[in-house]
Amino acid sequence: MTTLIRRPSGDRSRRPVWQEPPTPVGQGLKAVVLTVLVAGVLFPLWVILVTSLSSRETIARAGGLVVVPRGVDTSAYETIFAGGAVTRALWISTLVTVFGTAIALTVTVLAAYGLSRPGSLGHRWLLAYFLIPFLVYPPLVPRYLVVTGLGLKDTIWALVLPPAISVFNLVVVRGFFQGIPSELLDSARIDGASDFRTLARIVLPLSRAVIAVVGLFYAVSYWNVWFDALLFIDRNDMYPIQRVLQSYLLAGQAPHTSGASSGVTMPPTEAVKMAVVVLTVAPIVAVYPFIQRHFVKGVLIGAVKG
Amino acid sequence: MNEPAVLAGPERARPDAPAPPGRPPRRRPSRRRVPLRTRLRRDWQLLAMVAPGFLVLLIFSYLPIAGNVIAFQDYNPYLGDNPWQAFLHSDWIGFGQFQLLFEDPAFWDAFRNTLAITAFQLVFFFPLPILLAITLHNLLSSRLRGLIQTIVYLPHFFSWVLVVTFFVAMLGGAGLLAQSMREAGLQPWNVMTNPDTFIVLVTVEAVWKDVGWGTIVFLAALSTIDQNLYEAAAADGAGRWRRLWHITLPGLRPVIVLLLILRLGDALSVGFEQFLLQRDAVGRQAAEVLDTFVYHFSIATGNYGYGAAAGLFKAVIGLVLILAANRVAHMLGERGIYSKS
Repeated sequence: MTTLIRRPSGDRSRRPVWQEPPTPVGQGLKAVVLTVLVAGVLFPLWVILVTSLSSRETIARAGGLVVVPRGVDTSAYETIFAGGAVTRALWISTLVTVFGTAIALTVTVLAAYGLSRPGSLGHRWLLAYFLIPFLVYPPLVPRYLVVTGLGLKDTIWALVLPPAISVFNLVVVRGFFQGIPSELLDSARIDGASDFRTLARIVLPLSRAVIAVVGLFYAVSYWNVWFDALLFIDRNDMYPIQRVLQSYLLAGQAPHTSGASSGVTMPPTEAVKMAVVVLTVAPIVAVYPFIQRHFVKGVLIGAVKG
Repeated sequence: MNEPAVLAGPERARPDAPAPPGRPPRRRPSRRRVPLRTRLRRDWQLLAMVAPGFLVLLIFSYLPIAGNVIAFQDYNPYLGDNPWQAFLHSDWIGFGQFQLLFEDPAFWDAFRNTLAITAFQLVFFFPLPILLAITLHNLLSSRLRGLIQTIVYLPHFFSWVLVVTFFVAMLGGAGLLAQSMREAGLQPWNVMTNPDTFIVLVTVEAVWKDVGWGTIVFLAALSTIDQNLYEAAAADGAGRWRRLWHITLPGLRPVIVLLLILRLGDALSVGFEQFLLQRDAVGRQAAEVLDTFVYHFSIATGNYGYGAAAGLFKAVIGLVLILAANRVAHMLGERGIYSKS
């Protein structure tokens, strides 16, 4: 009868005795819904990956996109990495993501800690100042004029600096910091540690999970930047990857590959297109699973409190 | 769960954190007694930490918000070498831009489209994460649950460019669906360019991208519902549907209300990038929403004051909506997005 008493964090993998057994219809429906959902996410990824690795004949036989793989042909990737617009765009996106995430995390963590002490000088005013942009978004046209007026146009700073603090992420980190027991911080202060030292030595080591999650959020938003690039980046040798992906796949322009590959037989364009998609997805799919398990805990603490 | 050992500290600490209803106990000595200089000497480091974020928001949020005043100007970007000079030299024309705006049928088309899409998504998108969260929560195998969660959260992290690309690849004119229909000898139909079904298409895209992500907050709320309630209800003879109705849904109510408020406050913004990317394929009539209207009638054409007026109009309505929705939530006895505590 021990299953009757269920601890909140206890093992949920057994059906409690009071719960009626599932009906076959309900089970079937649930299985169908979840399968459709999972397949709906994975199937497009699969088709795109397979097409990007297919040879000209396979693609011609399939009539466009390939569902069943026949052999592996990496010529699409070789073309892309031979140089040209896509390689450059990947490089620029990497720069934006690395710089942006580092800057944004620094700004956010500092501000979150600075705002985590009720009763400090100006605390209420500062908190309101930081939360208001959550309700009032910066309007498009004046934002465009400000960034242009600062001379940031056609530099990666136009993509890096404006989103360097997201109020949502700030609230999440601050919520986490406030959950750290005050005894720890008090003892540090009694030992004469400054606030900077306390943050670096005590708070940060305890906050790796939330920083990983917020870092992922920032990194993804920098990697995904598209509209800001449409606004602020006119030179096409400065395009980040999403901008190239859009002009190539959605607006239907041919990618500017380097002259070196023009004489050689071109790989199938369908495969090259899909390879660009794969390269845009790959960093996200590669990093995300490691951080995903922290989501519920990391995000929630802030969200529930905020 | 196999959490790293680092988490042990804050994890253990958390249960006592929400205990006091007001502020956490870490309050510094009462504010008024301590003279400003002492407080400055004590807190200058905290202020220094806040400074970078303060500056970023000042320049890239507050300055643009103040810049809304160009909505009352006949802003001419060519009056000067940079936007600041152009701003100083442009004429003030009062509500002229708004007058033009309200007489512009294209603006009202965009307005109607936006409201229609918001209403449609409120009915056909909003409930789905709740249903999915309940379904996931009731899965017994935690490994299966974790696997499904990992997969369905993933599209949230794809850019709209990617999402639209996927849909074009699957459902577009040269996509997989059209391809297999042609093979089967059918006339392929292209949903990506059909204005009549566009509202369904954008909703399906939004569902694909965010239905999984939307479950997170509901799953969290579900996990805080006391399991003993279910057991007691079952002992009293309540079946699974009654338990769902009388325990699960009331447990989710605060979160549902909160998200509804936020959604209503955002009623005038529907996925900007999503629409901008597909506007040309589908056409202005169906795919122009307020945000894309602002873009196309200002930055794309150089008519900045006009776009700023449209943007300001939208922002003011949005603010009114969110404050009103929050007021209603308070009247219904919910916490809403903010409370004066």
